[in-house]
Amino acid sequence: MRLQKATQCALFAVLELARDPETQISAADIADTFGISVNHLAKVLRDLARARLVESMRGAGGGYRFIGNPKRVTLYHVVCLFEDIDSHDSAFPETGKDADIGRALNRVSKEIEDITVSTLKSITLTTLLKNLDRA
Amino acid sequence: MSGTKVKYQDFDIRVAKSDDIGAVSDLDATITGIAKPDYWAGMFERYGTRDKRYFLIAEDTRNAVIGFIIGEVRAWEFGSPPSGWIFALGVDPANRLNKVGSSMFAAICDRLAADGVDQVRTMLARADELNMTFFRSQGMMGGPFIQLEMPLGSKRTQP
Repeated sequence: MRLQKATQCALFAVLELARDPETQISAADIADTFGISVNHLAKVLRDLARARLVESMRGAGGGYRFIGNPKRVTLYHVVCLFEDIDSHDSAFPETGKDADIGRALNRVSKEIEDITVSTLKSITLTTLLKNLDRA
Repeated sequence: MSGTKVKYQDFDIRVAKSDDIGAVSDLDATITGIAKPDYWAGMFERYGTRDKRYFLIAEDTRNAVIGFIIGEVRAWEFGSPPSGWIFALGVDPANRLNKVGSSMFAAICDRLAADGVDQVRTMLARADELNMTFFRSQGMMGGPFIQLEMPLGSKRTQP
């Protein structure tokens, strides 16, 4: 599975903000840290705010802060906001699925997808942040 | 086998005794919904009484069993150098988020490390989000081995 740019931006932002939920960080600072477009990030942050994972703070020194529970929110929760991950987005073309070879290839694709989903579901933000030094 | 008892704030971790097996079986039945006393008696026989095999339990201040963990050192399965394996873990649902699982995990890792291994492994159902999340939170990640399976009998690939 190749993550869309918006998903990558969301993961960067959520993790950076969850690192210290008390601190507000501006979109510009997050964009600068990860070398991503601030305009693109601003749209993503609006989606994250709608999902009640971050909130925007107005005024001087305003920015965004994380408001979810980092011990409960997994990478899957974030990825699902931007990717249609449950729809079995096959790595192989849908054509040929009625033939035995097509069905066999789709079983392989499903296996890959299942592993991806279970990996994303098992890693909370806290777990990922706790293991940064192993990266 | 080390019989050291480690004291935590609200519970102790120690090596299981034969007297504990009824309580372990009951706790497992509470968690899984399946009572299997014979299985647990066999597990104690195999893992509670031999060197380099560890059957640890957590007990609360009233001496009630609130958790168990089992592991051993395995070697050379498909080329894998000696490593620790954890293959059973259970925590009383009322005592979750109280560091019982983490403490038992740390205790068994200490014993496995003392046996000279530097890796610990486990195998879980992909759908077992509770245990998967727990082991991830302890720092475990996907390793270089993968579990494979097939049904026996009906449709086997011809040699």
